[in-house]
Amino acid sequence: MTLMTIITKMAEGFEKTCAIFFLTLLFAIPLGMIIALLRGSKFKPFSGFAKVYISVLRGTPLMLQLIAVTYGPYYLFGISVSRNKLIPVVVAFAINYAAYFAEIYRSGIESMPVGQYEAAQVLGYSRAQTFFKIILPQVIRRILPSITNEIVTLVKDTSLAFTVSYQEMFTIGKQIANSQTSFVPFIVAGAFYYVFNVLVSFVMGRVEKRMSYYKI
Amino acid sequence: MSILKMSNIQKSFGDNHVLKDISLHVDKGEVVSIIGPSGSGKSTLLRCATFLETIDAGTISYDDRNAAEMKNGKIAYVKNLNDFRHVFGLVFQNFNLFPHFSVLKNMMDAPVSVLKRDKNEVREECLTLLRKMGLEDKADSYPCELSGGQQQRVSIVRALAMNPEILFFDEPTSALDPELTGEVLKVIKQLAEEKMTMVIVTHEMAFARAVSDRVIFMDKGVIVEEGHPEEVFGNTRSERMKQFLQNYNKD
Repeated sequence: MTLMTIITKMAEGFEKTCAIFFLTLLFAIPLGMIIALLRGSKFKPFSGFAKVYISVLRGTPLMLQLIAVTYGPYYLFGISVSRNKLIPVVVAFAINYAAYFAEIYRSGIESMPVGQYEAAQVLGYSRAQTFFKIILPQVIRRILPSITNEIVTLVKDTSLAFTVSYQEMFTIGKQIANSQTSFVPFIVAGAFYYVFNVLVSFVMGRVEKRMSYYKI
Repeated sequence: MSILKMSNIQKSFGDNHVLKDISLHVDKGEVVSIIGPSGSGKSTLLRCATFLETIDAGTISYDDRNAAEMKNGKIAYVKNLNDFRHVFGLVFQNFNLFPHFSVLKNMMDAPVSVLKRDKNEVREECLTLLRKMGLEDKADSYPCELSGGQQQRVSIVRALAMNPEILFFDEPTSALDPELTGEVLKVIKQLAEEKMTMVIVTHEMAFARAVSDRVIFMDKGVIVEEGHPEEVFGNTRSERMKQFLQNYNKD
């Protein structure tokens, strides 16, 4: 197999890698916010639930969660594993990353000076207005470097989908490597991830720069 | 007519009784200064008046409408406190401007999104206010680009943009060096001349004496002395206030 065919075959899988990546972000970013808000709730059952959620999803391997979400329904309820594994893979990634995002949001929200809330309260802003207009934009600015960190990790973590044989780029690369007894596919995979992450870092750097028009 | 009336206010933080049965009223157009040593409860009194702290007992009313009163021996606040919030403004010791908003946006956002007023009309008003304060060239600046004195003046105009009937100041110059203090005091003085109703918690004795219609000296959660500034400063009756003023004159 020529290098070109290896790259072409893996590039086909890269589409699926991107699907995992973007769909995970799409769901994990808002879900993490919901978990963070529950975590900060004064209503004990809410904050308790969020604490347990974060503790379990951060405390067990993502690989295990992938297997549990993909095959769990079959073992528990006898539901056959769906042909399209994208759904369970994205569910597992999203609930896992939401736990990490939730903790990042919490660190940002807790770092906000109480004076910002007080100024908003005195001016008559509602709680929702205070959160969305005053607090959240400043929190995003503060946590952006940590978020970039998570996103870069996610790019590489998509390779874990091979454990449930989802045909993304790394899974295909591994198959080629096995059948051809070649190390080349791994080098190609490394290049794919690295280029992707250079791009992610560039974009996030631009976003950070755009938001740094004020000092905290 | 009293704009603000606080009667028999009590407030504790745990075992610490910060306000012990304080009563205070402020009439329209009046400038009242509250002075006293640290920990005397001055700031807490302002924070109670602006609902940043809830009182344990007493009555708070604005324009003869009760915002908080005793019901069956317990304190009860009205449901919609926001109906009262546009009556007053508060200027904080450390400004608390919104750093991600420009100066103009800091001023305009609450009138537009809280009071639902017309954006263009509010903008004109805010620009007029900025011109009056000599800050017209700062409209598009961000708070971090301003000096401390400018930031505090912006926070004063942000409060004024809501057209409050009464303006509270919580040690407005305590975070500023003496040079910047002057420019902020000048603005407050200007407002006093325009008959803005104000309550000012301050450590600037000379300023309090010059600008106030009434001075209140607080210590350990009670009002020790109250009256016209010339009377309170020139003919101090209580030993505690004499001692306090002596310590002040030392520096």
